[in-house]
Amino acid sequence: MMRLGKESALALRLLWRDFRAGELKLLIVAVLIAVGSLTTVGFFTSRVQLALTQQSNQLLGADLTIVSDRPFGAELAEEARRRGLSVTRALRFPSMVMHGADNLLSDVKAVADGYPLRGEVRLADRLFGEERVVHEVPAAGSAWVDDRMMTRLGIRAGDVLQLGQIKLRVAALLTQEPDSVIGFINSAPRLLMNEADIAASGLIQTGSRVRYRLYLAGDTAVIDEYRLWAQSRIVAGQNIEGIRDARPEIRSALDRAERFLGLAALLSVVLSAVAIALATRRFLLRHLDGCAVMRCLGARQAVIVRLYVVHFVLLGAAASAAGCGIGYGAQLALASMLEGLLAIALPWPGFLPAWQGLAAGVLLLLGFALPPLVSLGQVPLMRVLRRDLGVPGGAGLLSYTLGLAVICGLVIWKAQDLRLGFFVLGGFLAASLLSLIVVATVLRVLSHLRTEGNFSWRYGVANLRRRALGNTIQIVALALGIMALLTLTLIRGDLLQSWKATLRPDTPNRFVINIQEDQVEALAVFFSTKGMPKPVLAPMVRGRLVAVNGQAVSSANYTEDRAKRLIDREFNLSWAEKTPPDSRIDSGSWWRENDTQFDQLSVEDGIAQTLGLRLGDRLTYEVAGNRIEATITSLRKVDWDSFRVNFFVITPPRLLQGSPVSYITSFYVPQGQVETLNELVREFPNLVMIDVAQIMTQVQKMMDQVSTAVQFVFLFTLVAGLVVLYAAIASTTDEREYEAAIMRTLGASRRQIAATQFAEFALTGALAGALAAAGASGLGYVLATNVLNVPYLGNTWIWVIGIGAGSAGIALAGMLGTRHVLAVPPLQSLRRIA
Amino acid sequence: MRATGLGKQVNTGNIHLTILRDVSFDVEPGEAVAILGASGSGKSTLLGLLAGLDQPTSGSVSIAGTDLFALDENGRAKLRAERVGFVFQSFQLLPAFTALENVMLPLELAGISAARAKAGAMLTHVGLAQRLAHYPKQLSGGEQQRVAIARAFVNEPELLFADEPTGNLDAATGAQIIDLMFDLNHERGTTLVLVTHDQAISQRCGRQLRLVAGCLQDTG
Repeated sequence: MMRLGKESALALRLLWRDFRAGELKLLIVAVLIAVGSLTTVGFFTSRVQLALTQQSNQLLGADLTIVSDRPFGAELAEEARRRGLSVTRALRFPSMVMHGADNLLSDVKAVADGYPLRGEVRLADRLFGEERVVHEVPAAGSAWVDDRMMTRLGIRAGDVLQLGQIKLRVAALLTQEPDSVIGFINSAPRLLMNEADIAASGLIQTGSRVRYRLYLAGDTAVIDEYRLWAQSRIVAGQNIEGIRDARPEIRSALDRAERFLGLAALLSVVLSAVAIALATRRFLLRHLDGCAVMRCLGARQAVIVRLYVVHFVLLGAAASAAGCGIGYGAQLALASMLEGLLAIALPWPGFLPAWQGLAAGVLLLLGFALPPLVSLGQVPLMRVLRRDLGVPGGAGLLSYTLGLAVICGLVIWKAQDLRLGFFVLGGFLAASLLSLIVVATVLRVLSHLRTEGNFSWRYGVANLRRRALGNTIQIVALALGIMALLTLTLIRGDLLQSWKATLRPDTPNRFVINIQEDQVEALAVFFSTKGMPKPVLAPMVRGRLVAVNGQAVSSANYTEDRAKRLIDREFNLSWAEKTPPDSRIDSGSWWRENDTQFDQLSVEDGIAQTLGLRLGDRLTYEVAGNRIEATITSLRKVDWDSFRVNFFVITPPRLLQGSPVSYITSFYVPQGQVETLNELVREFPNLVMIDVAQIMTQVQKMMDQVSTAVQFVFLFTLVAGLVVLYAAIASTTDEREYEAAIMRTLGASRRQIAATQFAEFALTGALAGALAAAGASGLGYVLATNVLNVPYLGNTWIWVIGIGAGSAGIALAGMLGTRHVLAVPPLQSLRRIA
Repeated sequence: MRATGLGKQVNTGNIHLTILRDVSFDVEPGEAVAILGASGSGKSTLLGLLAGLDQPTSGSVSIAGTDLFALDENGRAKLRAERVGFVFQSFQLLPAFTALENVMLPLELAGISAARAKAGAMLTHVGLAQRLAHYPKQLSGGEQQRVAIARAFVNEPELLFADEPTGNLDAATGAQIIDLMFDLNHERGTTLVLVTHDQAISQRCGRQLRLVAGCLQDTG
């Protein structure tokens, strides 16, 4: 025990001496980056997780809610009251809100007394005014609106808004409400009103997209019993959400974000591991003599190994702790980049990510530093007499088993899924191997060219070729960092451009929904008096898929999220005589005019695939209480990018006759005719108008925000790539100094040597940049053709910037890293190294 | 070549170590001079100063009338490239270059054309015609020193510095190397400054200088 204490004290002293001598700089930086990037993501996601757990009933506005796409019968609420639960309700729908000549698509929520049962509503009198908590709902005839509505309509408390057929006075600014935590694109500015005003507004009509919600709160046991009871009574289109499953959409978005950011962070961990392995080798070479002397002085092999293990555990723990500090600071930046996407107060993170970071840092350091360190204990005693003895060869891949196991473990942990984990590992391995082969081949080709061209270039290439393995690893590491950033900057912009380029100039930029049957004529007149082309109206009937081939279906039959959603919600069915212009029949055939068989369906092929539907399948829809059965007689491919109205499911006209119908249209309005649209909304207040351009701007803003956050995580990757570069330079410093000394002895000027080094580093950077550009372009191509279905135009700037910035950046970094090589007098270098 | 009042001191902390003290001597064109001395007497330091590889604390060196230390680092490098050749005890070949490329190096640095042909001819001259494409690690010690000698003579220097050229070789190989070096020296009329602790080798030079604790004793 005492011996162990003494050894630890000695290890601590050795650590301090090495630290003072600057021997540990690179190892420390590598661990800092690995732990920093892991904990940045760890702390951030932990904060969001905690927020979701701690504030789940606040997020729900109740202890339990039931959501429905149709009004609730009395039974659910009555039973809850009978069991002693508090009950209230709300409904939510999109609608145009008008103020003077302006109108705005908004997300209206009408609440009944008692809302919210959990959490609180906060109001202010004006923008940035003092907040207060209220315990009532807006009085009838008044509304509370959020800051977006106030700014966009330029209104303040006291102003009057038109909503459908009623006028509402703005009573206050809504600054916080429960069950609205995510400012995603589909949430338009909020208007909160009293449920009592709904009937008079005349906004709830056939085809209106209304979500009804029942809020329940009370004793936990009673809630649980009620939930069991309600489970058997809810029907298709209704869902129960409790605290545990509060906001499943946020949880699944968070899961995906955590997975993606976690894997992105791992890229820096892998590169840091490479840096650690390189830096340890240098550490080892510099400590061989010391260890030989220690052995001569009587230290046993085991003692030396133990000393260095303790040394590295201490080093790993200290550097990891500092890395956690960096991660903590960086997550603050990450949270502020994603501000607005999450309208939720984030609590302080827990300690778990810090412990995970510490463990990962220490294990990583030991995993990649221990194998070479073990050879320190085996240094031959004769080394004190003959210095060429005992220089260990490069540690084989096998000796890094522990380190590789740590990396694999981290990947699987971050992927949260064994299959995805192996997929990522396999992909990474394959990409690295491919890159290694490409770089090795290029170096080989270049080495054949080495006798041509000028001296600096030739010697620079020779240097690259000589340290082929180290340089290849370096190039691949740097390429990964550059590629990540190229993809997020240039490729992202390109894809957006490519997609925009596919849109025609007269692509519809407005959708109007909610058009009632009795408004069709009036609307046509309105358009013609304004000199606008008559809009093509498509009928829309809401129906729920209840059976396929006679078998009842529910969301439980499907695993895919999209399929579940499609089954839970109502479909928009439409009818048409002819194939719509943006559709192409893939299989089967469209019905003929006057076809006597009218129980036919034409289904979009994407949705058919999601729901596993085939040509000939017989589907049963429930439309306004009636069951309608028909057979799939054609599958269609739809060009959604046309922005014209299209439907997943179309029937012949007669099938849906008599069903409640509303109409939808889309058209192009030139910028100058926006006033006409205001008139349209004034004349038909129940219409909901969707501004496509505005939605696209919002999507783009959100994409920008998210990709800035991802870029931030990838910044760690680039820094890790640079650390690999420095570690590689540091491990070859002695060699470089020696060669520079010989060359200077033979008459090379500083400029010639500097040019040689410049050639070597610029070539390293150019190769890394080219590899990165190739990778980013490949990724862009896959995304364009497989995900976005747009032609990938390619971008020569990717190559110019990748290679240009790569070679300039790496040349600069390399020259800085080797500047002292030229500062030492040649005689001194020759003596020290020889 | 003329060395005047050369001195070198090194400061490590508070300790001032004098390695060379007031060393002055002339070497005439075509002359061969041996510098003898025990280990630590300052032989290699003196050679380094004569070649301008390090800065003296005091004194000056002039080569063909040019004051070496009045030039900047690049000026001294240029002078070495044009007028000086080196042979080292540990060969100091560049491991990534073939024998031919190692010999081409001083020619290329001096911007001399037809480097490849000249280097090839020089290696043939030292008996390595079959070894042009070999890397240093594929050559024996004697062969490596031959490459080093070829490299030293290839740009036809007026002045050759040799630092213990046989120190890392066995006696027989060492003798061959010395023969080769002196043959080339006579053949090309090069001025030779040779550092050695081997009395026999020093006898082949026209003049011997002995360094004792950093001070020069001319032994004729």
